[in-house]
Amino acid sequence: MEGKRTLFDRLFPGGHGVSCVGQVLRGWGATTRGRVHVIGTTDHAAIDARIALMLSQAVLDAVAQGPAGSPLPILFIADTQGQALSRHEEALGLNGYFAHLARCVQGARERGHHLVTLIDGEAVSGGFLAFGLLADAIVALPGAEVRVMDLRAMARITRISHDRLVALARTSPVFAPGADNYWRMGGIHAQWRPDQDWAALLEQQLYAAPADDARADLGAVRGGRLLAASLARQVCDAP
Amino acid sequence: MNRIPGKSYREATARQRVAGLLDADSFAEWVGPAARATSPHLAALGLPCSFDDGVVVGQGRVEEAVVTIIAQEGQFNGGAVGEVHGAKIRGALQRAVRERPTAVVFCIDSGGVRLHEANAGLLAISEIMRALLAVQGAGIPVWALVGGSCGAFGGMGIVARLCDAVVMSEEGRLGLSGPEVIETVMGVEEFDARDRALVWRVTGGKIRRTLGEATVLVEDRLSAFRAALESLRHSCPVALPRTLDALQAVQDQLTARATRESDLRDGQALWDRLGLGADAAWMDTAQFNRRLQELA
Repeated sequence: MEGKRTLFDRLFPGGHGVSCVGQVLRGWGATTRGRVHVIGTTDHAAIDARIALMLSQAVLDAVAQGPAGSPLPILFIADTQGQALSRHEEALGLNGYFAHLARCVQGARERGHHLVTLIDGEAVSGGFLAFGLLADAIVALPGAEVRVMDLRAMARITRISHDRLVALARTSPVFAPGADNYWRMGGIHAQWRPDQDWAALLEQQLYAAPADDARADLGAVRGGRLLAASLARQVCDAP
Repeated sequence: MNRIPGKSYREATARQRVAGLLDADSFAEWVGPAARATSPHLAALGLPCSFDDGVVVGQGRVEEAVVTIIAQEGQFNGGAVGEVHGAKIRGALQRAVRERPTAVVFCIDSGGVRLHEANAGLLAISEIMRALLAVQGAGIPVWALVGGSCGAFGGMGIVARLCDAVVMSEEGRLGLSGPEVIETVMGVEEFDARDRALVWRVTGGKIRRTLGEATVLVEDRLSAFRAALESLRHSCPVALPRTLDALQAVQDQLTARATRESDLRDGQALWDRLGLGADAAWMDTAQFNRRLQELA
């Protein structure tokens, strides 16, 4: 949490009030254009049903608070090692808790809240899918680790040698961990450098005009994901 | 062959499921095998490709009503989602917003992200989630069918629970992390993935139906899944509301479940507490449904 406080000092020089309960961040930050909501996780949280419920309640509260007519932007902080792994969470139906969180995020979007995610730390697989990855704009901070699985585990499961995967990862962004790979594929909109003015960059993102999900097009433009956009279009236009 | 009443849904291919679920000869495929939309990423690894990349999308009819249908092929790479596979699903969902079918029928049979193209797969599932939420935002319901050998896991387990209704068979499985993953990371004491009976008591159709996650539990027959679709036309004609009140109500239900089932690790404990009986795991589907209804 200490690292996050330093981050908020830098993002919101005008002030902030973010509390941390059980790895869940909730609060506000002040921009030059007013307050925004802050919701997220810290310390590489393994997202279980309890955390997912705290996040979805925070999103619902942000929507309920208003003010009606001019919904405040919401900043998501993504820092997760993925979903919690246990038989209990599976029996309980953790996937359903994630789906509910995703529906709450969509509910906020539909009511005009602009959604921005900052990845500060790790963004892994299921924990990222249900929350941070659903924002309108996704930004990786320096040192952010984004992945589905590390290459050694991937080698074990796919039965492709680790050396071969490492060699392939030099030319292809399609499977290896790394924020840069996700940027090339359009999954991350921006990567900020340490020397930039993050408060100013954040304001640009928080008050950007709403737009549709254009990540596949972005991936095509950046050359990291050549088929996703064109194939979806082909299906849309098929006779 | 699409009207053999006893034909197993689990054993059927994606194409047989499509044929068996829809009115006879009503299916029109979009970007079918003739288009040769294969995965360049599997090819780069020297692995076998499929001309449909493991998913069938198109439109057809259920009792004359037009539906969009998406069917994953569990027998190709575990139904896992890669760039092409995911783009076809997303395209079908976007098209549904434009063409406004009665519903989207989503036959999920997938372990989630295809690791050989993991980043593309994760992004594709995120895009599928956004597109599916947009379909529902247009008022069109999405009905998930989970009865294939790969179940619905990983990101596709989340997608299944985004749907407005979930039809499952007892043999279907629904979860987030597969038992093998939990066993590998947390140890065999946490979850013995080879104990098939335990796997079904934790992830199978009966526990999902008991918790209310599966809307209906049907026998493992194509004709039973088709009959469920016919009833959903009447019981789930529009997408679930996403008003603040509706979302808060779900929040409260899920919170209550997490509190009530704080030590749930086996479906049998749930059935014991509900008084379903020690033989709940062995009851046939009709008997199980009857007992659940009696206790409701």
